[in-house]
Amino acid sequence: MDFEYAPAPESRSVVDIRPSYGLFVDGAFTEGHGEPFKTLDPSSEEPLAEIACADAADVDRAVAAARRAYEKVWGPMPGRERAKYLYRIARIIQERSRELAVLESIDNGKPIRESRDVDVPLVAAHFFYYAGWADKLGHAGFGADPRPLGVAGQVIPWNFPLLMLAWKIAPALATGNTVVLKPAETTPLTALLFAEICQQAELPDGVVNIITGAGETGRMLVGHDGIDKVAFTGSTEVGKQIARTVAGTSKKLTLELGGKAANIVFDDAPLDQAVEGIVNAIFFNQGHVCCAGSRLLVQESVADELLDRLKTRMGTLRVGDPLDKNTDVGAINSAEQLAKIRDLADSGESEGAERWSPPCDLPQRGFWFAPTLFTGVAQSHRIAREEIFGPVLSVLTFRTPDEAIEKANNTPYGLSAGVWTEKGSRILWAAEKLRAGVVWANTFNKFDPASPFGGYKESGHGREGGRHGLSAYLNV
Amino acid sequence: MSTERLSVRKTYKLFIGGGFPRSESGRSYVVNDAKGRFLANASQASRKDVRDAVVAARKAFGGWSSRTPYNRGQILYRVAEMLEGRRAQFVEELRAAGAAKTAASAEVDAAIDRWVWYAGWADKVGAVVGNGNPVAGPFFNLSTPEPTGVVGIVAPDGPLLGLVSVVAPAIVTGNTAVVVASEPAPLAAITLAEVLATSDLPGGVVNLLTGRRAELAPWLASHMDVNAIDLAGVSADAVADLEKAAADNLKRVLRPGLSDWSDEPGIDRMTAFLETKTVWHPVGV
Repeated sequence: MDFEYAPAPESRSVVDIRPSYGLFVDGAFTEGHGEPFKTLDPSSEEPLAEIACADAADVDRAVAAARRAYEKVWGPMPGRERAKYLYRIARIIQERSRELAVLESIDNGKPIRESRDVDVPLVAAHFFYYAGWADKLGHAGFGADPRPLGVAGQVIPWNFPLLMLAWKIAPALATGNTVVLKPAETTPLTALLFAEICQQAELPDGVVNIITGAGETGRMLVGHDGIDKVAFTGSTEVGKQIARTVAGTSKKLTLELGGKAANIVFDDAPLDQAVEGIVNAIFFNQGHVCCAGSRLLVQESVADELLDRLKTRMGTLRVGDPLDKNTDVGAINSAEQLAKIRDLADSGESEGAERWSPPCDLPQRGFWFAPTLFTGVAQSHRIAREEIFGPVLSVLTFRTPDEAIEKANNTPYGLSAGVWTEKGSRILWAAEKLRAGVVWANTFNKFDPASPFGGYKESGHGREGGRHGLSAYLNV
Repeated sequence: MSTERLSVRKTYKLFIGGGFPRSESGRSYVVNDAKGRFLANASQASRKDVRDAVVAARKAFGGWSSRTPYNRGQILYRVAEMLEGRRAQFVEELRAAGAAKTAASAEVDAAIDRWVWYAGWADKVGAVVGNGNPVAGPFFNLSTPEPTGVVGIVAPDGPLLGLVSVVAPAIVTGNTAVVVASEPAPLAAITLAEVLATSDLPGGVVNLLTGRRAELAPWLASHMDVNAIDLAGVSADAVADLEKAAADNLKRVLRPGLSDWSDEPGIDRMTAFLETKTVWHPVGV
């Protein structure tokens, strides 16, 4: 059967991208003193805007502004007033949701269907959720009067630019901290639009500061003596560097890092449902997801049937224009990331696994990678051990439930895992044995502001979301 | 010929995997009493002993963390019972280490009571720090605490109460521990190991090493199969290097605080070595 779709592009006219952007410090856009850089549309490689780069003096300035705001305004403000600012921000995000979604897809390359239906609604929900905590902290289980830490330095990745901003800023502000946040250098635009939203909400100056730049700016921020808290989402390698940087200081640290999640399909699983779950687990957001189900562990007796159905389903995935409402898989975020995915996929072939992709026409310009499946994968292969952060699934098989758990836990990571079976007691048994911070049973990649998220082992420490997420920003 | 009986001295050894081996290095160091008189030769553990202890702790983790919280609570309570029975011996050891009679007595009492306090937490901490999460969709969503794994502990100098105050909160939730005892006052730690060995605590749940902190702590901090480290007994100038070493596999780090071990402990030492696991499942027919 052949499906024909007419193009259904979302209009770009809703966004107004300026030719250049400054740093958002102390309530105003100001010049940066580092070497400015360009952010690209990864689906066309066209430059979108020139972005200021913060140097050491700019970082000082942002931290000083956040400190003043913490001491003079935000720290002393009653929780119920802080709450109302956060509710305002949540409402403005809802009001400007179309604009945010389109801008996110342009700058990041993710499908508009995802930014519109997943990212931006979750961003608004996150601010709405933490707004409500601001005046209820004494009831959160951390003592009668838990105190904020002060100034938080926050560094976020490019895979969910605005959602990661919300995960960082909403709990920090609700608990009475002020922030200096650095978005990723390839995806700064929605963070800078968020700065405008802070202005519209009349958030007091200096409570939120957004500084742009590359790794060096991030290093200066997390190493700055004037901050009390470091929150980072990104690679395990950088997470370890940050842990070394804060060693011996009194800074509180939370890290949300890489993963190599096992998605386990038992022989009694509902296979069609599992196939949808597997596709969502690895191809959602082009596989640029730290909790992606990148290792499929399937019970040997159903492996052939499951893989047949999975390949059929992968054949219907539409790869292409991120702004087309029919698109399932968008552009890879950068040339650098594309090179990394290609390198790991090539290693899969050279180490002896069998590679398969559905027939798939990729656009000529931009950064693209077809959904890819590897079978015959051994636990020793790089594609079974290393985080690929792309639309590449490694399939391994198992015979007994114990073997499945053994293989699933055979990784230094521990962020998430999936379990597919109709048997309730087996779900609970597997969920108990899996060493991972989030276990999705008969579902995958579900997120909610009320639900704590974060990893075991080298996937980081601390939790974001829910009541647990408050403790990262309190002196508890 | 004198009729006075010659006492039988105790050999102070390490406590690894439920047994009492000497250091594989064959080394020992002299422990004196407060007046400088010889008390004993304590084992001086080596890097290899640290690694053996981690292997024992890892081996014990699956079983200990799978025990029911009720069972772990009873075993910790049993430790308190055994300690109570050996009260006089511990008072004597603490006095030999320099404590006045009333202080030694008070420290032993507090240590016994601390085991009782933590024993009661075994089947309550999950209710206090776990959560049913009200997500916006048709999903069951539950967060529960789980033990982090193998915890390395550099114990403080409080020879008994300090030690108990760092070991009990780590193991009550299902972690297993490798403990570097106080360097100047290690003897009570080994006597405590005798208590642990007779309390139905499975071998390997607590492993105690005596020796040089500066030699042992870096190996514990950098060991890739240790999940967390408690720096309670580390001097301020040594913290940064140990934290850096701990970053190699992103250990959870509990920094040294201002600890008067006779204070009410609170739950922080337990939660420092707990992970939160969140399980989702769709709701539907």
